Amino acid sequence: MSKPEKTSASGNRLGDRVKNISDTNLLLTITIVVFFGMYLGAIVFQGAGFLKPQTFFNILNANAALIILSCGMSLVMITGGIDISVGGITALVSMCCAVYLDYKGGNVFMAIVIALAIGLAFGLVQGFLVAYLDIQPFIVTLAGMFFARGMTTIVNTKPFNVENEAFTALKMTRIVVPGMGSVNKLGKYVNAYVEIGVIVALLVVIVLFCVLRWTKLGRSFYAVGGNKQSALMLGINVKRTKFISHLLCGLLAGIGGFVYFLHVGSGSASHATGAEMDAIASSIIGGTMLTGGVGNIIGTFFGVLSLSTIQNIVSSAGLDQAWWTGITRAVMLCLFLLIQSVVMKVRKKGIAGAK
Amino acid sequence: MQTKVAKKSNLSDFFMKLVKNQCFIPLAALLLLVVFNLIADPTFFKITYGFNSAGNPVLSGFLITILDSGSELAILAIGMTLVTAATGGQDISVGAAIAISGSVLLRVLCGTDSRPETLQTPIIVAFLVSCVVAMLFGAFNGVLVAYFKIQPMIATLILYTAGRSIAAWINNNELPVISEPSFSYFGEFIPGIPIPTPFFIAVICMIIIGIVLKVTNLKLFTQAVGINESSSRLNGLNPAFIKVLSFVILGLCVAVVGLIKVSRISTINYSVIAKDIEMDAILAVALGGNALSGGKFNMAASIIGAYVIQCLTTTLYKFNVQSDALPAYKAIVVILLVVASAPAVREKFSSLTKKLKVKEVA
Repeated sequence: MSKPEKTSASGNRLGDRVKNISDTNLLLTITIVVFFGMYLGAIVFQGAGFLKPQTFFNILNANAALIILSCGMSLVMITGGIDISVGGITALVSMCCAVYLDYKGGNVFMAIVIALAIGLAFGLVQGFLVAYLDIQPFIVTLAGMFFARGMTTIVNTKPFNVENEAFTALKMTRIVVPGMGSVNKLGKYVNAYVEIGVIVALLVVIVLFCVLRWTKLGRSFYAVGGNKQSALMLGINVKRTKFISHLLCGLLAGIGGFVYFLHVGSGSASHATGAEMDAIASSIIGGTMLTGGVGNIIGTFFGVLSLSTIQNIVSSAGLDQAWWTGITRAVMLCLFLLIQSVVMKVRKKGIAGAK
Repeated sequence: MQTKVAKKSNLSDFFMKLVKNQCFIPLAALLLLVVFNLIADPTFFKITYGFNSAGNPVLSGFLITILDSGSELAILAIGMTLVTAATGGQDISVGAAIAISGSVLLRVLCGTDSRPETLQTPIIVAFLVSCVVAMLFGAFNGVLVAYFKIQPMIATLILYTAGRSIAAWINNNELPVISEPSFSYFGEFIPGIPIPTPFFIAVICMIIIGIVLKVTNLKLFTQAVGINESSSRLNGLNPAFIKVLSFVILGLCVAVVGLIKVSRISTINYSVIAKDIEMDAILAVALGGNALSGGKFNMAASIIGAYVIQCLTTTLYKFNVQSDALPAYKAIVVILLVVASAPAVREKFSSLTKKLKVKEVA
């Protein structure tokens, strides 16, 4: 009895503080520190390229869709599931929208509706299978991913660029970020800009952050992921919560798919290859636990940024071979998985010791 | 009158036994496919005897294709069944691991020259090296799963992401070509024997795993770990070791398939080789009626399942379905399978049949 008291009295302050912050915040802190460390390292070692605000905005522009996909992924992972169909849905959405806009002469508004409908349909079916029939989410969404990829080729085989005027106008829309411009080589001042997708992504991040933090639904996501049994005892409808998480993930995949489409402006069966893996990796790097119940949307946001920053570093270091990207990403994923595993082991021991 | 009733009950007993047998599901699926093909186009079953470009006697036809490509899948299904049973998860990195082991094989065979006149090392040595490498990668997955307690699918996601990149890196992104004709025996035909070699390799693998399961306690231990990890530990087993072992065995299977795959084309294509094969392997295990959440398994059912999957693939190809569109149809099969085997659906179904029976009696 006297032993734990003694250690807590003489133990270092930092250790106590680490023990007191929640799992979510601990992992979030690690992520943010890693991101800023990496970015600072890039500025120091890779020169001034990373100092320009536009470099940062370009990372955002290229990854707006991935941010949205990862947010959906985090939601599902917080409830203890997983969804690997998001990449396939992205490809399917961009192909369907492309075919609709160019071959059927549709308008942009209906294309957005189609994108949302595809996402919702996937979310609906997968959510039903996972939540109400109690099938492993991995198998269901694996089938979903293959279905989406297969359907993409059935819809149209050849990749092509969209030439719809209204769409290209929307695609080329640039939103100027005030005060962040820089002077280019010709001595001319160039405004920093972001694409529409980034605004959508930031909106999604903010809305989901609020939902997860302050609404009943958001809290029940954490409760279900943390412990299904006790969530049930607290009167939470576990099945419905799981269903909603998959539904939202599907919807976000639809939105993400359209944002992706808006960025690349073409339809192809090989679009967003491996996006599901990137989304999972971003969520994990962002501190979402695979076991559920722990996670944060802000973390996911930084997870995506870390993942793409390391890619930028790799390519600007002259290692611009496709296989380096795969290896660095896998190493990073592996590293963060191990950190999670070790952190949890240490904490479990700490809790057991305190008892 | 009475004998008739007895006979009927005997028959229904026999029928029930048949249905309860795990091999029933894949066999029924196979029967369904066979009947479908018979009705749609009986030429599916035609086998022709001819000579290939090297002048060797070969059999060809859709059935031979199934036997040929299905064998790769059957070998993978052996390892995948063990991993599924022990860990309750699946390895999604087998396709990438095949790329790695094939790449290692070619690297050892070719040495530094990417288009050698003669082989730099005997095939058997190269194969053993690729086995060791594949088993090491299997052990890597296994350690992540067993000691760091990461879900199998996420742990193998790492290799899935990096595998093909590593495979390209091993050969400096070159595509070595082997001109030695004896190397192609493993994936095609041995001169004088008209049946494709992969089938023989698969049979050897099946015999080995059959003997291992009969002689050793592997089956018992694997099932014990899969059903309840803590109680198996209390009974003196080492669950972590058994999990790693199952991944290492899968690694060995991967190396064998890698040899077949590379031997088929005498070269390698990193991004295409064994693409989506993990899906087929998992599907074979599921079709064999094995619970994807671990525990009991039936090896024979998985192997039959693998050939059924190949039969489905070949049937789809025959109807001019594009190879890129194949996954869509397979995904529907997977969903139907898992829905049919879901506990919630089964309960509903059994209560429904009970109701029907009650009605019949009334």
